[in-house]
Formats: sequence, structure tokens, C-alpha cells
Amino acid sequence: MTTDTAPQIELDADQPGSIRLSGRWTLHTALQSAEVLRDLPEPLTRIDATGIDQLDSAGVLQLLRVAHRADLQPDALQFREDHQALVSTIEEVADDRPKKKRDLGVLAALERLGRSMHATGQNIVALASFLGESLVKGARLVKEPRRFRLTATVHQMEQVGLDAVPLVALLSYLVGAVIAFLGSTILRDFGAEIYVVELVSIAFLREFAVLLTAIVLAGRTASAFTAQIGAMKAREEIDAMRTLGLDPMDLLVLPRIVALLITLPLLTFIAMIAGLAGGITVGAFDLDIPPQMYIARMYDTMEVRNMLVGLSKAPVFALVIGLIGCLEGLKVEGTAQSVGERTTSSVVQAISLVIILDAFAALWFMQVGW
Amino acid sequence: MTVDELNAVPAPAGDERSGDEANLAIRVRGLVNRFGTQTVHEDLDLDVRRGEILGVVGGSGTGKSVLMRSILGLRTPDEGQIEVLGRDARGGDAESRLHIQRNTGVLFQDGALFSSLTVGENVQVPLKEHHRELPERWHYELALLKVKLAGLPADAINKLPSQLSGGMRKRAGLARALALDPPLLFLDEPTAGLDPIGAAAFDRLIKTLQEALGLTVFLITHDLDTLYAICDRVAVLADRKVVANAPLAEIEKLDHPWIQEYFHGPRARAARGEQTESA
Repeated sequence: MTTDTAPQIELDADQPGSIRLSGRWTLHTALQSAEVLRDLPEPLTRIDATGIDQLDSAGVLQLLRVAHRADLQPDALQFREDHQALVSTIEEVADDRPKKKRDLGVLAALERLGRSMHATGQNIVALASFLGESLVKGARLVKEPRRFRLTATVHQMEQVGLDAVPLVALLSYLVGAVIAFLGSTILRDFGAEIYVVELVSIAFLREFAVLLTAIVLAGRTASAFTAQIGAMKAREEIDAMRTLGLDPMDLLVLPRIVALLITLPLLTFIAMIAGLAGGITVGAFDLDIPPQMYIARMYDTMEVRNMLVGLSKAPVFALVIGLIGCLEGLKVEGTAQSVGERTTSSVVQAISLVIILDAFAALWFMQVGW
Repeated sequence: MTVDELNAVPAPAGDERSGDEANLAIRVRGLVNRFGTQTVHEDLDLDVRRGEILGVVGGSGTGKSVLMRSILGLRTPDEGQIEVLGRDARGGDAESRLHIQRNTGVLFQDGALFSSLTVGENVQVPLKEHHRELPERWHYELALLKVKLAGLPADAINKLPSQLSGGMRKRAGLARALALDPPLLFLDEPTAGLDPIGAAAFDRLIKTLQEALGLTVFLITHDLDTLYAICDRVAVLADRKVVANAPLAEIEKLDHPWIQEYFHGPRARAARGEQTESA
């Protein structure tokens, strides 16, 4: 910035308290002009701004404020003719925001805890009532099958189920192999490597296949549901549907939940097979258990009920994932940030709830002795 | 940059132009825009003079928005030359592009406000980005100034865009476009979706601001009232070109089928009648 364009103040020798301004008084030079405005004559009686060659609203604001502080009459602040139009549109504004209170101490922490407890409580109520609404609307489908959206459901089944097959199979295979390795390192000390077969089979059939599948779908599908429905909500598409006499529950929620209810058990079955295959692979290459022997051992020791226990949890998890994904999507409000927040919340809730339910189910099945 | 400085920017050296050419805010030559096999612009020329309000009209699909996006650098045209404020907007270096960004304000059709920020924060975004050296209090005060300038009540500054009506969102968008006191303003259908009273008030606001801040305005519109009320010149987009760029009185007389239909239809007669009555 050259000196001749910088904002400048000259004192008038004849009239004390009168100043002449020149240079540019714009947003770009705002800091410099604040600097030169710091040492003004006291008292200030007149500001001659006609020497300014460039002026914008930031400059006008600064000058108006100086004039206000010195309690000048309106005509004591003079501008060039062609700047007058700009000046007349500018009002003086001041930062009158209340000072922010800092939240510190035990009380603030308690308040936050209380608020989040309250929010969690409301969340649970919302989820329960959404479950109720879905069941009612689902029952209506039985009475009025014409409401069922077959195309949408099949489309969702493809996206939720078929497209997830490679991922679920690969992850289960690897986890199955890892369990076999871990088990063998301990069982080898007792010369009981053959028990790896039971370990992998029981772990996968009862717990891991369904849990892994549910976690993968909670991350992959719940987030997709929330984002899809949320974006539609934000763009008023859901409202448009309602005005057209279409029920978003029929159109958006039920096809997704039905698709999950059908595909999650199927994916769980695939995960079981893949996990067992992982165990067989490790057995064949690391533990000298040939596949024929491994499978024969499985036939001897396994019962169908292990698999049924695992599969029985799949529809429950499907319902949880579908309900949370759709409900969070419907909670979205107009903003882009809201879509992000809801998506995060839906994945976190779905994964947590799946694991919690699985833990309770494990206890229950053990007590019942299945 | 203010109007004075803008007007003082010399034409690029070695360029032999008449004084009139040097006084252009936007100069488009030989612009070609294609989408696949569909050609939207073919060899399009456009001049926007400094300090004028240029209304850009044309039927739907004639590429008004594409033209604006090309000038703003949001779309790379297939061919052609675009100069904004004397700088090359197409092949220019990062410095030229920054210069253009700092000196243009854009009001998109629905405001395009950042939905997770309040109106005040929206207006402060360009200030915070381009004038980090200023204290936070100044950012706020300048934002408040622009919000009031755009005709919004002061308490609108703390509201989220979703809490505003369509007309208020446009005003908030205008406040953000004006945040840096840009000499060049782009408005994409500023009065679309407003009620007639609101639209007329918005027209007056644009005119007042243009006169006070000495703006050059590139205004896309379908609104005949806006054309008659505030535009100095009108550019008509048809047949993939700017078929005319002149004051309204001259445009009306042109013998082009689309122009004839547009300016001599029942709505145009009504708009013109109103203007002559109020004049």
C-alpha cells in the first residue's frame, strides 16, 4: 500500500478541533484508518471528509462512529457530493451482543448430564412409538396388501442385502480364521487342537455371524437410510408425499424394514458359512486337520439349535437397524449439518443397541439352557 | 475495492481498444458452451459496462444461468474469452481469480445460504475469509450493517436460513453478496418467487444500493417489471447468442420473433403501462 492512498488525517491549523481526511477509507484499509483515528484532537468539532478519494461502507461506519462518540452535529461531518448517496444508506450499528457466559464448574456439568439423560429418555420413547407405528402400518399391509411396495422392497433388498454379500463374507471368513488361530495357540498346549472345530463352530453359529452381519449393516445400511430419508425430509419431499396422499411409512419405511428383515437372516447364514470356512482353512493349513475330518467332527459335535439360536436374533437386529435408520432420517431438520448429525447418531445407536441386545440374549439363552 | 478504484483500473497494456471497451466490467467474446451434443452458447459476445444494471433475459433453457456460471468461473466454457474487471477470468492465474472473487458478489436463486449458519454468520463468512486481520467485533458490526442495508430487521441476524421466509432469504443472500462491498454484483432471478409488493421493494432496494454503492449489476430475470423499473440496458439471449444488448426502448423495436413475443405480449403491455403511469 503506497503512502498516498493510505487513510490520513490532517489537523486544521486555523481551527483547533477540526480535521481533514484524505486517502482511501475502505475495508482494505480499515485497520490503518482505525490506527490514525486513535489520536484525534480533543474536543473534536468538525470532520471534513471531502478529501477522501475512496470510501466504502466500512469507512463510513468508522467515521459515523467517531462522529457519534464526539457528539458531533450531523452537518459537522462533511462528505464529497458523490459519496453522499452511500453515506445516507448506512446506519450506525454497534456490537450489542450480550457477553457470553462461560460454562464452568460442577453445576454446568450436572446440567449437561441432565440434558443428555433427558434427551436419551425422549429418544427411547420416540423409538418405542416408532416401533408401534411401524407395527400398526405393517399389520395394515396384511389387511390391504395393495399398499405393499414390491418394487421398492426388492430394490432395497438388492442394496441392503445382495450388495453387502462380499463384504460380510470376507469379514466373517477373516474373523473365523482369527478365532481358529487364537484358539489353537492355547489348545495346542493341551494337545487338544481338534477342539478348534467346536470353538469356531459355536462362536460363529451362536454369536459372531449374526453380530458381525448386524454391525456391518448398522454401519452400512442404517447410515444410508438416515441420509436418504433425511435429504428427502430436508428438501420437503416427505411433505410433498403427504400432500399427494402417500404415506411415507408405506413408501419409505416399510420397504426398508421388510428388506432388512428378509436379507439380514440370509446374510447371517452366509456369514456362518464364511466363518466356518475360515476355521476350516486354518485347520487345514496350520493345524493338520484335513477338511474331511473337520467337517466330520462338526457333524458329530454340533447341534442345529446352535444355528437356530444365532438365526433367531437376526430379525430382531434387522428391526432395530431399520427402525433407527428410518427414524433418525425422519428427525432431520432443514440443514445440511442436521443430516450429518442424524446419520452419526443412527450408526452409533444401531451398533450400540445391537451389541447390548446380543449380550442380553446370550445371558438369556444360557439361563434357558439352549 | 470501490467504484473509484474500479474505474481507475487501466485497460491491460498493449491492448488497443477504444475508451468504451476499457470501461467494461465484463467482456465475453466467442463463448461456446456445450453439454454433450447440445450446444447452449455458440460464439456468444457480451459487454457489461461499468456502473450499469444489465438485465439478462431469455426463454427457459437459453443458458442464462450457464452464462453467469461461466463468467463466475463455476463452469469452464468449451471455448471463448471472458474478462471480468479487466482480468482474464478463464485462463487467469490464482491471483486474478482471487481478485475477481473479492470484487464480485453473487446472489443465487434461492439465496444459497449456508444452512447450518445463522444469517449473521453467513454474512461474516467472506469477511472472515478475506479480512482475517480485522477484529471479530468488526466482522459482526459490518455484517449487521449489511443485514440492515439489505432491508432485514436487526434480529434476523441470529436466525437460521430455515427460519426465514423466501423473501427474507433473498435479502440475507444479498447481504452476504454485499459483504465485501464488491463493485460487481450478480443476481440470479432476484424477484422470482416474491409477491408483487415484495418484488417491487426488492427492485427498489437493488436500485438504491446500485446508486449508493456505484455497483455494476448483472441481473438475470424473467420479471418484466424489474426490467422496466431498474435496468439500464437489456441483453436478450436467443438462438445461442446475445441477439441484442441495448436500452429497453431500442430492444422493443427490434424485429426478432422472440423479442416481439416477449415485449409485446399481454404481460409486457401491463408492465409497460404501469411504468408510464407511475412516471
